Amino acid sequence: MAGLFDKFRVNRPKVDQSRSDETQRAELPSDLWIKCSDCGNAMYRKVFLDNSKVCDKCGFHHKLTAHERLELLADPGSFEEWDKGLFSGNPLGIEGEYLEKLVSDRKKTGLEDAVLSGKIELTGIPVGIAIMDFHFRGGSMGSVVGEKITRMLERSGDLRFPALVVTSSGGARMQEGMLSLMQMVRTSAAVRRLNDLSVPYFCLLTDPTTAGVAASFAALGDVIVAEPRAIIGFSGARVIEQTIRQKLPPGFQTSEFYQKHGFIDMVVPRSELRATMARLIGMFAQPVLESPA
Amino acid sequence: MSMILEVEKPLLELENKIKELKEVNLTGRVDLSSEIRLLERKAEQLKKSIYENLSAWDRVLIARHSVRPGTLDYIQALFTDFLELHGDRLYADDPAIVGGLARFEGRSCVVVGHQKGKGTKDNLARNFGMPNPEGFRKAGRLMSLAHRFRLPIFTFIDTPGAYPGIEAEERGQYEAIASNIALMTELGSPIVTLVIGEGGSGGALGIAVGDRVLILENSVYSVISPEGCATILWRDASKAEQAASWLGLTSDKLLRLGLVDEVLSEPLGGAHRETENVFATVRGALRRHLGELLLSTPAELVTSRYAKYRRMGVVLEQALTP
Repeated sequence: MAGLFDKFRVNRPKVDQSRSDETQRAELPSDLWIKCSDCGNAMYRKVFLDNSKVCDKCGFHHKLTAHERLELLADPGSFEEWDKGLFSGNPLGIEGEYLEKLVSDRKKTGLEDAVLSGKIELTGIPVGIAIMDFHFRGGSMGSVVGEKITRMLERSGDLRFPALVVTSSGGARMQEGMLSLMQMVRTSAAVRRLNDLSVPYFCLLTDPTTAGVAASFAALGDVIVAEPRAIIGFSGARVIEQTIRQKLPPGFQTSEFYQKHGFIDMVVPRSELRATMARLIGMFAQPVLESPA
Repeated sequence: MSMILEVEKPLLELENKIKELKEVNLTGRVDLSSEIRLLERKAEQLKKSIYENLSAWDRVLIARHSVRPGTLDYIQALFTDFLELHGDRLYADDPAIVGGLARFEGRSCVVVGHQKGKGTKDNLARNFGMPNPEGFRKAGRLMSLAHRFRLPIFTFIDTPGAYPGIEAEERGQYEAIASNIALMTELGSPIVTLVIGEGGSGGALGIAVGDRVLILENSVYSVISPEGCATILWRDASKAEQAASWLGLTSDKLLRLGLVDEVLSEPLGGAHRETENVFATVRGALRRHLGELLLSTPAELVTSRYAKYRRMGVVLEQALTP
């Protein structure tokens, strides 16, 4: 998997043998092919991955795992994980599949919960980072996610590292009841602490960023960047449709929609993300990283 | 009495019976006083057995009931000189959140709360207590005002949730809630919050970050509505009753998890009965908590509020096994 995101090929010309590939398709094992979940375009898995999971036809940005995101953003080998070994409890004593799903998602993702946090370097600048992973319980925020994001923000403040949260979450984790709602407060309070310390805080919103995550730390960045066509918003589209009994307009609750309405600074395609984030964070690096007199 | 729950039916019948007997008794033709006493004792026992065994769903119904006292009822009963202030200075005034200046025990303060309507027409005007972004922004404006002039803040929570609508999203519902939560963690004013009815998720939390968070016994406070939870988990909104018991939204459970500071008891049957008693209980609690908070400086309040929320979470050092 190493070097997966070294090159980006969003606008890469079609490969010559594409036709012969097509003819072979029937005989190929299905895991060699990936279908774009937006336009249905079939791509070679390798092409898809080399393209950092962006459809080469319609440009749809598919979800990345936390580790893939890390590889996309961080200087190679610069990641140092923080706060390993924190696990979700079962504070409401939920019976049924929930605990089994935690176990299977741990296996599936290699993560302990829905967020990976630590320090990276981005073109040599140290950055505190938390990356949410939708593949773990829909990226839902329970106590562990709240705790790790809060700790990352606090530690970044102590170390005077700029902080970055990459969001991908449907919202609060229902299975932890009101404890999960309270994670909105802890994380938001930690953001305000960074503000008071004049440590810059950045949000990168990816598909999806909704409900309790949108309505807390994801909305509070000094600069807020989003990937194209990510679903963002407070209420779910289905709930809105049922409430107002109308069809929703096309493009509703996307990154572009929220940029137009004034809530997002930049929509940046994945192919330019690393360079843009480095430029952006670099703007703040000098005055902030010097320890205060 | 007004009936809210199915389980109240036998009690209601018994109470009607007693009323009838009393009327007959008044005519003086037969002496029924011993029968009346017996039935009254029986009614009292029935009342206890009904209300001491309320399910989570029963409490959801009580919390939502239209005759349950709302924010304006509490303002009228407990505050003097209420001056309602309107608008977020950005877009509009939201009638689903009311707020303004008032005096509590003679002291100037800011009071903010969700307001549902009484009756259909009023409910439409107040959007059933579901705020739009401008409601949260109005609340934020008033709370900032309180901070600047060191006025205490009281917030009353009673909403099904933030309004799910196209325009609400366009105007940044999520941003409005996030900004208020962040703001409330930084205010130097003492903040006392009371959940008087329904605490509907982020729409409640948007004005509910307090130094003290109190809840009335039959109020509920939930990460998601029982209907919404049932739809997501079982694709069936009619399983809301099951979801209610699952979500841990009742006052006793919230207290046990340390998410509220005190549960204020209600008269048997709910706050809509004997409202004067409820107001007296609430007044006493608000006075006590505010009195304690006024001993702290603004900086101390911010520090201890941070610490209070910082503790909220259940995190283990080992994975649970199913």
